[in-house]
Formats: sequence, C-alpha cells, structure tokens
Amino acid sequence: MSEPLLRVKDLTKNFKVGGGFLSRNAAVVHAVDNVSFDIQPGETLGLVGESGSGKSTTGRCILRLIEPTGGEIWFEGRNVAELGAAAFRALSRDMQIIFQDPFASLNPRMTVGAIIGEALTIHGLAPSKQAYADRVVQLLETVGLQPDHMRRYPHEFSGGQRQRIGIARALAVEPKLIVCDEPVSALDVSIQAQVINLLEDLQAKFGLTYLFIAHDLSVVEHISRRVAVMYLGRIVEIASARDLYATPLHPYTEALLSAVPVTDPKARRKRIVLQGEVPSPINPPSGCHFHTRCPIRQLPLCSSEIPPLEQKRDGHWAACHLRS
Amino acid sequence: MAEPLLEIRGLKTHFSTDDGVVQAVDGVDISIGRGETLGVVGESGCGKTVTALSVLKLIAMPPGKIVAGQILYQGRDLAPLSTAEMDRIRAKDIAMVFQEPMTSLNPVYTIGEQIAEVLRRHEGLSRKAALDKTVEMLRLVQIPNPDKRVGDYPHQFSGGMRQRVMIAMALSCSPKLLIADEPTTALDVTIQAQILELLQDMKSRFGMAIMLITHAMGVVAETAQRVVVMYAGKVIEEAPVERLFADPKHPYTQGLIRSIPRIDTAATRKARLEAIPGVVPSLLNPPPGCRFAARCKFAMPKCREAVPPLLDVGGGHRVACVLYQPEMAA
Repeated sequence: MSEPLLRVKDLTKNFKVGGGFLSRNAAVVHAVDNVSFDIQPGETLGLVGESGSGKSTTGRCILRLIEPTGGEIWFEGRNVAELGAAAFRALSRDMQIIFQDPFASLNPRMTVGAIIGEALTIHGLAPSKQAYADRVVQLLETVGLQPDHMRRYPHEFSGGQRQRIGIARALAVEPKLIVCDEPVSALDVSIQAQVINLLEDLQAKFGLTYLFIAHDLSVVEHISRRVAVMYLGRIVEIASARDLYATPLHPYTEALLSAVPVTDPKARRKRIVLQGEVPSPINPPSGCHFHTRCPIRQLPLCSSEIPPLEQKRDGHWAACHLRS
Repeated sequence: MAEPLLEIRGLKTHFSTDDGVVQAVDGVDISIGRGETLGVVGESGCGKTVTALSVLKLIAMPPGKIVAGQILYQGRDLAPLSTAEMDRIRAKDIAMVFQEPMTSLNPVYTIGEQIAEVLRRHEGLSRKAALDKTVEMLRLVQIPNPDKRVGDYPHQFSGGMRQRVMIAMALSCSPKLLIADEPTTALDVTIQAQILELLQDMKSRFGMAIMLITHAMGVVAETAQRVVVMYAGKVIEEAPVERLFADPKHPYTQGLIRSIPRIDTAATRKARLEAIPGVVPSLLNPPPGCRFAARCKFAMPKCREAVPPLLDVGGGHRVACVLYQPEMAA
C-alpha cells in the first residue's frame, strides 16, 4: 500500500467535567480513546457512530480545533500534533473542515464573498483585488452558486445553499484533506442528495481526500470506500464499505445496520434491537465497552479484557473477543 | 372502507406574516381508518406538522387560521369547536407525541406530576389513583424502576427515555388516535429502533390508529400501512405502503425515493444519487398550478395553469399529477 495521506495513531482526548474550579476530583470524559486509522490519498473514510461516540471529536483533533490529549497525527510524514503555531498554520491550508450546521457555521455579518475569501487573504493566495474576486467567483461556480451571490449574506440562502457556501470556503485554499463533519444531516433528503453528489464531483475533480463523519449509515456507505465504526470513543470495526455492510463482524455494527430502516416495505427484516442506551463516557463499562448491551457477550472475558482491534480478514479489522 | 376515524377534508391553514399570507396547508384531504397506521411524509415546510396541529387545534391563532375545510372525527367536525370542547377531545380521543422530547416536557415538574395531571384532568382520577396509573404507564413503556423514576425531572432522562415518557403520557387516557410528529428524528438509530418497536407494541395493546409524521422514508416503509406524501402544503400522492415504494407515480415521490442512499442493495449496485434540482417554493406566493412544476423534469405548460386534482389510479392509489389525468393517458 502507498504512503497514507493521514495516519492517526493512538489518538486520545479526555475532557474534564464537573468539579468546581477549586475542586480536585473532576470527572474525566474519555471522548476519544486510542483511536488509530490511515487514510490513503484520494480515498473517503467514513466514520460512523451514535451521539457521544467521539467521531466529531476525532475529526476536530485532527485539525487541532481541539487539542488532543495524546497520540500522533501524521499528515504527509509530519506529526501535526507537535507542530508549532506558524508551521501548523501553513499546514492548515492542506486540511479543511465542513461543519454540520449550515446556520451556525457562517458568520451572519459577513457577505458570502468575504466568508469564502477570508482564507485567501490569510494564506496570501490572492495577489491582487482582481485575482481575489476572480477566485471567489470561480469557487461559487464550482459549488453551483451564482457569481452575484458573493454580495449577499448567509440568511438569504437556504440550508442546502449554505452548505455549498461552507464547501466553497473549504475549497478556497485548495486543501488535500477535508473533514466533513455531518455535512448533510441538517438537510432534507432531496437537498442531501444534491450535496452528496457535489462532494463526489469535487473529489473526482480535485483529487480530494475525505474523512466523512456521519451518523447516517446509508449516507456513509454510499460515499465511503472504507468505513470505521466508533462506540464510546473506540473504533470497534474498520473495513471496506462493501465488507462492513455485507459481513459485519462486530455485534455492535450488526445491530447498528439492522436498526436502519430501509425504503422497502417488503423487506421488513428481523431487527436486532439493542437493549438499553449508550453508557456514559465518564464511567464507561470495563473491558469491551459494548459488553453491557451485547447480545453475544461471554462473561467474564468481555467485561474484564479490552478486545484489541485485530485484522480478522483481509483488510477487515474488528475489536471483538468472540468473532474471528 | 368503513367510516374513517378521522377525515380531513379540504383543510387550509394559513398564517399571516408581515410579508403576506403563508399558505402552509392548502387544501389537504387525509383520512385514517380505525387502528390504521398512516404515514405522512414530506420535507421541511411541506405542511405535515401544521396539518397535525390543525387537527388538535394547537395552531397559534393568530397568526395562524384554519381558513377552510372540515376535520371530521367520528363524523363530528372539530374545526368550529370551542377551546373547552376541544379540551374534551384532546388526550382522551386524540393525543400527540412531539418531535423534541427535550422541549415538550416541562422542566420544573417531575414527569410523574406531568402524566398524573393529564389523568386527573381528563379521567377525573384522584391523586392516588392517578399516581398508580402513571407508574403503570411508565412500566408499560419499559422505563426501568418506574416507581422511583416517577419522581424524577425531565433532565434526568436521556432523549430516548424522554420520548418513552411522552408516549406514556399520550397513551395514558387510551386515545383512539395517536399523532406522532417526527417521534424518532432527534434520536440515534438504535434508540429509534427501540421507540418504533415500542409504538408497534403499544398499538397492538391499545389498538389505536397512528398518524406517523416523518421525513424519513425508511421509517414509513417499515411501519405504515398507507402513506400520504405532501409537498408545499398539498397532498400529491397517497397509496398503500407496498404500492407507493414499488410503483411511485408522482415525479416528486419518485425523486424522493431515489435520492436516498440504500444500504440493503448497496453492496450490489452503486449508482449516483438522483437529486431533485432546486428548492421547495415559498408558500408566501406559491406558483399557480402544480407546486412541484419548477423542479419537475416532466413539467409541461399545462402544469403551470391549474392545480392537478388528486385522482384515483386504482387500488387505493391516488396521485395529483397531469401525467395521470385521463385525457393525458388517452
């Protein structure tokens, strides 16, 4: 395999919660717990999981929007986690993010042109006013908006259009990697399809690499080459999209897939309904985090030992004591 | 079909705003039989929630107003009823579960107080009897330790548990119709599966009809018997669930179904998603004729002249599109 564009190794992020400002016994949320994965150039890696699984925190740690507690993030052979501010700023040109909420992620007091062009100024990519204006127009057209939209404000746009503005902003600095953090989950289905198609077109056109974070398994399956499933801060399974969906190995992945309603009334399948809810990440269950809800668990093994993420089949990794 | 439990005829609910009148629901006909699960699907702003709120007359008036139509519940029109008369219908006959379990419970009362209030008000139970019934309802919706949890406040429950509380509250007076407005939208997929299963379970126990409002086609496909598709304030298609998904007639319904990535057939077929171009029209000054015409690939001049009526194409399948009007077929 070629050199990965991004290699995440043992990434960990703990948040302190509770306790007052003088208190010594604040609790710790293990949001991301020893997460490792690679992304090859030009590939899309999907990252799925339920609320609180740590998928968004993982994405933000890679861009250092949140400082990781531990671990390494290698981007083109450099450890992002150790770079100084100036070096990181230069590198940040190569890594951009698209946010979930198209209503909260655009500054309402800036015109669309200023939002998209801000990064051009910061990174010194527009030598003249004319070059700046030309580039903004070009970006707007790339994402399917009109040139005259640059003088308007975000509130004048629909959710789908705003997400296009967010995409244009990310593209402005010609990044290599884009972290897409739930980019379509706030959109209606017909608009969602427009944005997914746009992301796929842009990937083909510019050779982009995506880390695609979402809770919607159908969307992730559609856009990703490989998919990683997270549960309570850990990756429990990672495989090609085809293998993961056709033959899931981890019982959590199985349950997650069976819970997705499909648009075929004749296929009312047997659903694995998990009992209970995702436990709190403040005090996650011992051993395998999933053992409290797992339909096939074997105690005491599953509650005492953390299952390692192992390659069970070719390119198919899972963290389960019982499945091979 | 026997006499429907609820029949909405020509409902028009409009809102006055500073910019003009928003025709949120504009001539909607929907009927629900006893014990039936009807799915109402559509995207944001299609009028599905306003339709449901109109049935229970929970629309803020003003600015909202039911300007036309009848809401026949067991043959009796609810539209002209006073607030006091509506109060006797709510909870006991028609109850509702809202989308946001975080905001639809009162944060300063325990969930027990909130469910007991419904029972005391509508069933006239004593304080003690209401409490007992509340605990029983919480047990029914599978909340662990119901006799303890009855004294907890909403913030002490997770999203899925709050939705169970909402369902317990809605079913406490054994309504004949439950309107569930996006009951699983705010929930994770494994919790969604639990809530959908609970709704099915409650339905087999109480035998009520369910009007399930959602934007998720998958949820409808798995739970409903009949489906109504709404677009821009109008019903554009209606069919038994198998027919709708096997043979969608309206170009909008076709687009809606094809724009969803599917995981069940994905491994064999990887096609580009079929997006519907454009956006939903403003309901402030909706275009004349078919409201989908501007986004429709089959649109012809005729589409922009008059609103196509909802016509039967056989087998309980009705569609509002000029493509299926008799003179077109001929």
